[in-house]
Amino acid sequence: MTPEPKSEQPRPHGWIGIHRGHKARPVEWLAEKFIFLVSLSAIAMVLLIFLFVAREAMPVFFGEANTALIQPTIPVAELDKHSPAELQRYLDLTPEQYKSVDHDTLLALMQGKLDEQNEVPENFRKDADARINTTEWKYLLQSHQWSGYDRPEYIWQPVGQIKKFNIIPLIVGTLKVTLIGLLFAVPLAVGAAIYVSQLARPRVREVVKPVIEMLSGIPSVVVGFFALLVLATVLQKIFGYQTRLNAFVAGIALGFAVIPVIFSIAEDALTSVPRAYTQAALALGASRWQTAWQIVLPAAIPGVFAATVLGFGRAIGETMIVLMVCSASVMSWSIFDSARSITTTIAAEMGEVVAGGPHYRILFLLGALLFAATFVSNMIGDFVIHRFKNKLEGKR
Amino acid sequence: MAETLIQKIVAQQAPAAAPAAGAPFIRIEDVSLYYGASKALKNISLNLDEKVVTAFIGPSGCGKSTLLRCLNRMNDLIDNVRIDGCIKIGGHDIYAGDVDVIELRKRVGMVFQKSNPFPKSIYENVAYGLRLHGMKSKSDLDAAVEQSLRSSALWDEVKDRLHSSALGLSGGQQQRLCIARAIAIKPDIILMDEPASALDPIATSRIEELILELKKDFTIVIVTHNMQQAARISDQTAFFYIGELIEFGPTAKIFTNPSQKRTEDYVTGRFG
Repeated sequence: MTPEPKSEQPRPHGWIGIHRGHKARPVEWLAEKFIFLVSLSAIAMVLLIFLFVAREAMPVFFGEANTALIQPTIPVAELDKHSPAELQRYLDLTPEQYKSVDHDTLLALMQGKLDEQNEVPENFRKDADARINTTEWKYLLQSHQWSGYDRPEYIWQPVGQIKKFNIIPLIVGTLKVTLIGLLFAVPLAVGAAIYVSQLARPRVREVVKPVIEMLSGIPSVVVGFFALLVLATVLQKIFGYQTRLNAFVAGIALGFAVIPVIFSIAEDALTSVPRAYTQAALALGASRWQTAWQIVLPAAIPGVFAATVLGFGRAIGETMIVLMVCSASVMSWSIFDSARSITTTIAAEMGEVVAGGPHYRILFLLGALLFAATFVSNMIGDFVIHRFKNKLEGKR
Repeated sequence: MAETLIQKIVAQQAPAAAPAAGAPFIRIEDVSLYYGASKALKNISLNLDEKVVTAFIGPSGCGKSTLLRCLNRMNDLIDNVRIDGCIKIGGHDIYAGDVDVIELRKRVGMVFQKSNPFPKSIYENVAYGLRLHGMKSKSDLDAAVEQSLRSSALWDEVKDRLHSSALGLSGGQQQRLCIARAIAIKPDIILMDEPASALDPIATSRIEELILELKKDFTIVIVTHNMQQAARISDQTAFFYIGELIEFGPTAKIFTNPSQKRTEDYVTGRFG
């Protein structure tokens, strides 16, 4: 029993304290605002990265990049007949650069441009391809019959005299590898999650769970190395296909990287299904397998789906494994042909491009594309998860 | 006060059905249960007859739920549980080595304290157990689902929304759905672990009416904290205290003329 408060002592402030608002707990108030700012900064960060990537890709959108090998030239003597804007574009200068160069430098640059055109090898003079700006959308997305080919082809060949920037082989390659990876990883990871969360004895669970999660700690370059040397040989022996390093091997290796991601989230989702459902099913005479498959898994579907979406994000963004296992940008839907993914392309080529050049712009375009794809997949995933949840909870 | 109220309830109740002649349906012989080293049930022996409602009462932690869960071996799911003694249902030792727990649970259904319908439609909740046990044809399922829902007095409330989620039902309806789900597979025994403790008085009275109705077809064992409920619905009552069975007998006797001092103290509300 606590002693009764003495009634003759009135509270020191009476009702005054009630008007202090947030000042009553300034530290809590500050902490809350701080956390809010931190979370805001995450959004700002994502936005800034996207703006940066998109800005670098902008010239492709506006058709400002030009890769035509043979371009119309302006004789040095006709310098004064052209407007500054025309000259600036002709010489590939930014407005600031154009302003800072004096007349003599301008003349030298014009001469340089002429020399450059004169250096174009003779055999390209008659080649129609040499006059094409390959950064136009038409050449980025549609097949084109390049000279020397007997039919229209999708070709990514960003080096050489005539640079071919068709991004379709890269998109197909990415999808191929990602889908194989997911097809391999999702059943295994979800199966393991069901086993660990529903069927395994506690002692087995304590071993298996950390081991699978440890997989995610293996650097992807090591997984790639393993796939390149061991997995590729083993799989070729089993399936007997021709190209040793192909999208199939890359996809399986990618699966290893994705399994722990999907496993850990799916396992959490399955474990958090109320025990009451399991008990009800068992009391009805369901076996543990039936309970896991028919009751627990359907109840955890939103979480399992979320795990898959996250796995997709990880797979589509994974660079190193695909880079090490296969990277020929052939246009083929066959999983036993090579493939080059978007991320691989960016990682492998970004170091060798001229900053601000057409190739550089196209790589940023690919980056923006990847960003958009991940964003859209997450949006769709979120939408589907909400539908699942509402359905389970009986909301319309 | 509680004493007179409960006595009134008991007096109003129809006389208990005469126990069936012959061997008791459920024989619990000298059962002890250990959670690790601690002994949760101490040498309990109890015989229950067929088609009778038996109430297990007692203060929290007295082992009444634990004993209930021994009857369909739900305690198997908990690690570190050891059971000594013998439980026979219809002459079969349910802890014998060759017993299929799944077959046992088909015959001994259970309703839990917290209503736990599956996150599926109302129809699927009832049909799930039927499908588990091999019923496939749509017309059979439809008929069995309707019959179970009628027996659990839920049909009229849900017949127009059989295919909407069971989680959209009220607490009392959910609990009656759980009863429908349990009786759909036609068990011999229904175990109820405080089935009305989370419900309001009106929903509780509907469940109680339902239990009295189900008594015609099923043997019911019910754990309850609510002594008035035990007095209203049960024919036999067993009083447990800290893992021991203190007294077992006809409900009227337990509540009006108990032979043990502790039983009297508990049913009159002096402790518990």
